[in-house]
Amino acid sequence: MFSFVIRRVALLIPIFFGVTLVSFGFIRMLPGDPVAALAGERDMTPERHAEMMARLGLDKPAWEQYFDYVWKLLHGDFGTSVLTNRPVLDEFLELFPATLELGMAAMLLAIIIGLPIGIFAAIKRGTIYDQGIMGLSLIGYSMPIFWWGLLLIILFGGIWGLTPISGRISYLFDVETVTGFLLIDTLLSGEEGAFASAVHHMILPTIVLGTIPLAIIARQTRSAMLEVLSEDYVRTARAKGLSPLRVYGLHALRNAMITVITVIGLQVGTLMAGAILTETIFSWPGIGKWIIFSVFSRDYYAVQGGLVLIAMIIMSVNLVVDLLYGLINPRIMHTNS
Amino acid sequence: MDSSAGSARKSGILRRDILEFWYYFSENKAAVIGLVFLLGIIFMAIFAGFIAPHDPTIQYRDCLEQPPTWGAEKCNFLFGTDYAGRDMLSRIIYGTRLSLIAGGMVVILCLSIGIMFGVIAGYYRGWVDITIMRIMDTILSVPGLLMALVLVAILGPGLLNAMIAISITYLPYFVRLTRSSYIIENTKEYVIASKISGASKFRIMFITILPNCMAPLIVQATLSFSTAILDTAALGFLGMGAQPPTPEWGTLIAENRDLMLSAPWTVTFPGLAILLAVLAINLMGDGLRDAFDPKLKRS
Repeated sequence: MFSFVIRRVALLIPIFFGVTLVSFGFIRMLPGDPVAALAGERDMTPERHAEMMARLGLDKPAWEQYFDYVWKLLHGDFGTSVLTNRPVLDEFLELFPATLELGMAAMLLAIIIGLPIGIFAAIKRGTIYDQGIMGLSLIGYSMPIFWWGLLLIILFGGIWGLTPISGRISYLFDVETVTGFLLIDTLLSGEEGAFASAVHHMILPTIVLGTIPLAIIARQTRSAMLEVLSEDYVRTARAKGLSPLRVYGLHALRNAMITVITVIGLQVGTLMAGAILTETIFSWPGIGKWIIFSVFSRDYYAVQGGLVLIAMIIMSVNLVVDLLYGLINPRIMHTNS
Repeated sequence: MDSSAGSARKSGILRRDILEFWYYFSENKAAVIGLVFLLGIIFMAIFAGFIAPHDPTIQYRDCLEQPPTWGAEKCNFLFGTDYAGRDMLSRIIYGTRLSLIAGGMVVILCLSIGIMFGVIAGYYRGWVDITIMRIMDTILSVPGLLMALVLVAILGPGLLNAMIAISITYLPYFVRLTRSSYIIENTKEYVIASKISGASKFRIMFITILPNCMAPLIVQATLSFSTAILDTAALGFLGMGAQPPTPEWGTLIAENRDLMLSAPWTVTFPGLAILLAVLAINLMGDGLRDAFDPKLKRS
């Protein structure tokens, strides 16, 4: 077990350096003068230019700049936003709970619906139910989610007027930030209606962000179940006359879960990409909207820092999934690939 | 071996393979529907000039934000018009060109570069392999859309740069797939026989082994084709892909987004076009996978 963990962690080191190289190179590959881009000033005097160059460390050799950069990263310095003049890490941590909250809600929705319908489709394989569920999940998987979001806004927000179309909570409420998770904070604040308003604002973004993971989970659960259902022990369980609930729920599902958990873990990247679009559509004040805003306002330190931080989050989640996978399925631990 | 007899036998085998493949593929009705639909889209893209009822750039100033109408005398636009009075249907029809070109370019770039790196990694192993694969792992550690955004920020917004950026984010899948099936094939007897009979490095890599790795690559290429259309549209929607007034599907949605509540058809139809195109390709991709993979055939 120990050597398995070490091996998996060691694999992350070259990727960490790869990601830092990309984010380091990003700023230097931008078109135009990097000093002008990073300082956010125009028409600098040559003296000011030289001063900025020295301050940003751009006068040093490239390898030294990179070394400095990684050294700072390892000490938690992800640069300073040109726009707000605040550390990128602070901004990131402030906005991240909003993205995490939305992501978790979307994942929960995807699992709660995707898992049962996947199992159901596998059990009813070949029937009209199976075909219907698989057809719907293929549509979900093919969905341009930015359009899906707009469509829901048109229908639920515009025509039927059922849901709010942007933001996290009604402007009538001023909830004190404690955890950053609005659903928790509104409950803590005790303001009447605040929690309901937060939930109300979350409905559409959650559906939009959850659609693709839901489709993937349904499809993968079905195929994992199908694989397991043809195993001997399932036939034995059936032959013993166990109830279908026991056969499917206990014997089959437990083994199919190995695949399903991995699939769920690997959705983090999909969620993050989806968050960029979903948050932009619903003006959700999270990481995705922040990154897009930073790209457009040419706040390149923010983009650079965000890139590394997001990559690190995804790498850690993938590591945890890998380790969990090793724990559930010990065979993995003893292979060397 | 007599070369003409050899090639005749080869073409016979090829024909049998194709027939067998078609047999399995056509068993999946949904996949056939997807294929037919895709052919229809390709036809529409090629003959956009004849099919589109209007020029996609002409602004009919008397018919701004005209709702979809059928058979009216004045301002007769089946899918309505946008904020500038341009015919939505014609813009969507012309948009198929851009989406198909984008998808096709991404797949071609990924296949050619991905196969090259994958085969090199699989053939040389050692540090070459490790270097290539770690680079690919790095690309994969950032969400595709974010990576593409960052790359477009470097390259500058535009359809071509969006295609290049998207290709880079898909590359790892192709390299991994090629490498792993290459390594599996590499130990088989026909490869050893070919090595013993003195075939050159190049011949072993690309003529002996590569054709036997193609099935999973074709499936991956099909699925990447559809995701490339989605991602091109997403970048266009975010303002980082094709720029207005180019009638790219994602860009169409972005430029009409302010109208979505007052003139919903300007947003609904382009998105529907994306969904249908992507769905058709994915249906076909599922069929291809089932037809290629005998283990999955029964499920």
